[in-house]
Amino acid sequence: MNDMSSDLRVRTMRSQLSRAQGLGAAGSGVSHWWTERVTAIALVPLSGWFVVQVFRLAGSEHATVVRWGGKPVNATMLIALMVLTFRHMQLGLEVIVDDYVHGRAHLPVRLAIKVGALLLGLFAVLAVIRLMFASARAPAA
Amino acid sequence: MVEFTLPRNSKVGKGKTYPAPAGATNVKAFGIYRWSPDDDSNPVVDTYELDLDKMGPMVLDALIHIKNEVDPTLTFRRSCREGICGSCAMNIDGENTLACLKPIRDVKKAVAISPLPHMPVVKDLVPDLNGAYAQLASIEPWMKSDTAPPPDAERRQSEEERAKLDGMWECILCFCCTTSCPSYWWNGDRYLGPATLLAAYRWIADSRDEAKGARLDALEDPLKLYACRTIMNCTQTCPKGLNPAKAIAEIKKLQLERKV
Repeated sequence: MNDMSSDLRVRTMRSQLSRAQGLGAAGSGVSHWWTERVTAIALVPLSGWFVVQVFRLAGSEHATVVRWGGKPVNATMLIALMVLTFRHMQLGLEVIVDDYVHGRAHLPVRLAIKVGALLLGLFAVLAVIRLMFASARAPAA
Repeated sequence: MVEFTLPRNSKVGKGKTYPAPAGATNVKAFGIYRWSPDDDSNPVVDTYELDLDKMGPMVLDALIHIKNEVDPTLTFRRSCREGICGSCAMNIDGENTLACLKPIRDVKKAVAISPLPHMPVVKDLVPDLNGAYAQLASIEPWMKSDTAPPPDAERRQSEEERAKLDGMWECILCFCCTTSCPSYWWNGDRYLGPATLLAAYRWIADSRDEAKGARLDALEDPLKLYACRTIMNCTQTCPKGLNPAKAIAEIKKLQLERKV
């Protein structure tokens, strides 16, 4: 906000009010803020469920875990957990980037977060789907 | 990228020491930020050792004592000396507050005084607040109403409606809160800051105002409003005991209410 430069050249004569107004209000921000909070709250029971299941399955055979993951309720919970986790991660990282990355790096870093979160989320969801197919092929125990 | 260190010409050095007068018994040291635009020197911290028996109890009394008796070049803003004008806002002992309301005895060791953080410095303890004032002007902090007022009478408000403005009309615009906010430090060119958002909510909450929708429209922005990360420095530092963080939360609730 300091436009005083050492060479005494005036770089901007734009009024303070014009600078404060900037480009106006973008008309967005509500859904980013709200989704961040809703996903955070939804992740509390989902993560709790997941931790309990991991303890229950600890030390089990591979086939047992595949059978567990192939059950529709478990697969639904797992996919919900993955989607919300990576969505929440994306929203949270975007906030951090808005705070700490300025200038030309801002847009590419914001895009990289979106792409990274999308690919990681897809990968996790596909892993659950693969678990379902594997479990469908496996002979019943 | 964000700057985690001060630029080279802002690094603060050690300045002069003004020793206590001979025979002083109740001595306390004041380390005060000094910078002048008149030369190319970096800012320094000058140390003033003062006899507390020679002055009033507040930090502002000490600053006035220095200016009158020790060093007339010390520059700071002050006016009412009773916490209603907001002029003497500065960082004392690591916290933004009003020098006139801050008792010297509340500070255990030497009293460190610097200007409000992260604003351009005009001189010594005087920050340039023009940007923050313009942000306040940008939210148009005055009543807007299409309904004509009753002839020869003021616009009326119930006691309950008037009570909604308590905790907001008391703001004296000292900008202690805004300059304590990390979101404002990082994005102060776009984030409006707690003082301005408190003023915005003061008008949104006013039963007589008829521009609520337009006011909410003007704030619906990822940075103007939502750069608030609920750090709550604003509420902790407010020398008037107000709660800008709550006002910001109320604006966010209204933004949501009109969407869902």
